[in-house]
Amino acid sequence: MKGIPQQAEVKANTKVKVSNLANTRKRSDYFWAYLMIAPTMLGLMIFYLWPILQTFYYSFTEWGAFGQYEWTGLDNYKRMFEDSNLIKSFKNTGIYIIFTVPIGIFLSILVAVLLNQKIKGKSVYRTLYFLPVITMPAAIAMVWKWLYNSDYGLLNYLLSLIGIKGPQWVSDPKIALYSLIAVAIWSGIGYNMVIFLSGLQGIPRTYYEAAEMDGAGPIRVFFKITLPLLSPVIFFVSIMSLIGAFQVFDLIFMMIGKSSTALENTQSIVYLFYQHAFVLNDKGYAAAIAVLLLIVILIITAIQFVLQKKWVHYD
Amino acid sequence: MERARQLVTSKTFLIHFILILGSVAMVVPFLWMILTSLKTYAESIHVPPVIFPDKFQWGNYKEIFELLPFFKFMLNTLIITIVRTVGQVFLCSLAAYAFARIEFPGRNFLFLLALAVLMVPGQVFLLPQYMIMVKLGWLNTLQAVIVPGLFSAFGTFLLRQFFMGLPKELEEAARLDGCNHFQIYWKIMLPLAKPGLVALGIFTTLWSWNELMWPMIVNSSPESMTLSVGLSSLQGQYLTNYPILMAGSFLAILPMLVLFIILQKQFIEGIAVTGGK
Repeated sequence: MKGIPQQAEVKANTKVKVSNLANTRKRSDYFWAYLMIAPTMLGLMIFYLWPILQTFYYSFTEWGAFGQYEWTGLDNYKRMFEDSNLIKSFKNTGIYIIFTVPIGIFLSILVAVLLNQKIKGKSVYRTLYFLPVITMPAAIAMVWKWLYNSDYGLLNYLLSLIGIKGPQWVSDPKIALYSLIAVAIWSGIGYNMVIFLSGLQGIPRTYYEAAEMDGAGPIRVFFKITLPLLSPVIFFVSIMSLIGAFQVFDLIFMMIGKSSTALENTQSIVYLFYQHAFVLNDKGYAAAIAVLLLIVILIITAIQFVLQKKWVHYD
Repeated sequence: MERARQLVTSKTFLIHFILILGSVAMVVPFLWMILTSLKTYAESIHVPPVIFPDKFQWGNYKEIFELLPFFKFMLNTLIITIVRTVGQVFLCSLAAYAFARIEFPGRNFLFLLALAVLMVPGQVFLLPQYMIMVKLGWLNTLQAVIVPGLFSAFGTFLLRQFFMGLPKELEEAARLDGCNHFQIYWKIMLPLAKPGLVALGIFTTLWSWNELMWPMIVNSSPESMTLSVGLSSLQGQYLTNYPILMAGSFLAILPMLVLFIILQKQFIEGIAVTGGK
């Protein structure tokens, strides 16, 4: 008879012990978790999250010559509407995006589809197309400026062979932006091609075999099978390309001279941001440009997410 | 049968034709860079162009080092790239492990905070980051480029995906053996997440080596300049001497080129992995 309460006692004890154990385990979990995320979270807060708030704050201020600033309310934002340079930079960036994103995606899908066939030398092609991806934009800009050189450049020489007098690729205000666009497309194909290629390889062979049995030609197969099944990847790439294109800076900075007549027709939103922030010491206005850029990118990304329902197929 | 075979060969021919055309467009700028870098100035502006220089002008490469502290630039870029890459992969993997494998109060909120950084274009951080560097007195030091680059929302997000995909049994067994979370992370999880670590490492290396705007903003003295910034300054000073400019450009891209040739598979898989998910 005495044994039973003892047993119960033991049970109760183990229960306490187990829950104690669970508690210590939990406490140790929390300890390690916070310790492990601490460096990254602190770093992100100091160098990234807090700066977001600060940029918002700065966008309502005006800066003096010695780094002092004062609150000026919405002045910077009002100023934007009258700033023809800013309006122009939006137009330039818009043209840049409209050309680089769709053409870049089209060409990289084309290359990826061709590389996904049964052909020899795949890895050689892949390597060559990928070269610009690993190359420093400053060096890319430099070599293209040389190829584009109107007097001694290779491009105009090749054109002269077929009797065309080549233009001034980077100094003619009407052409310069399109010359930059060509370089941007050239340097981006390899990156997107690799993503599309891995997307294509994820499409099960059986789909193609079934289509072949039905006697569908390659064009039909591409539009009825490849494109719909690749659409989630196309959506991802288009979002990333668009965000990247919005932030174009390096190419313009390196290829278009600071006093070039083509600058007005090529400078992007980020170029203008850089000018105001670090050359003209007009940091309040620069912050307002950065905020505007953030808002525009968020809106356009949101629109893409809404539109995707119409064309992206998820199984 | 014969017709079918002909169709296949003409199809293969067309594919190769298009791919070769594209390859030429990809490679010619690089070949032209190398060829120009070995020409005399007179050869470089000769019309019609001289394709192969009469004599390879290796002196152009020597001249780069005399015109600019090019060696210093390379060293700076190398140090920045290595510290950023190692540091970022380590810190991101630590945080990613905790976010993926441990339950703790505030986990979702903190992870959302990190994700918020991912949504914001880089220019939004730049001004305040610059002000921080001014306050710390870090302008024209290597740590001005290194320290903000140690923390990455993208890297944390990427590696968290990797850690989430690993089986739960592994760590249960390790915990029964009395391992703490750091030991599990270090001994079990890290080796398994290697493809993710390599992918992030490659990304960070490429990014650090090639970046222009931030190093240009914080480091304008030759002592702490990176290659990208050095190249852009070279352009201002020696605007028309293309053999010199091309020699500098080629030297600047050479290390990444060599790395790419050695680690080709990892580069391409790394990008496919981050893009496909």
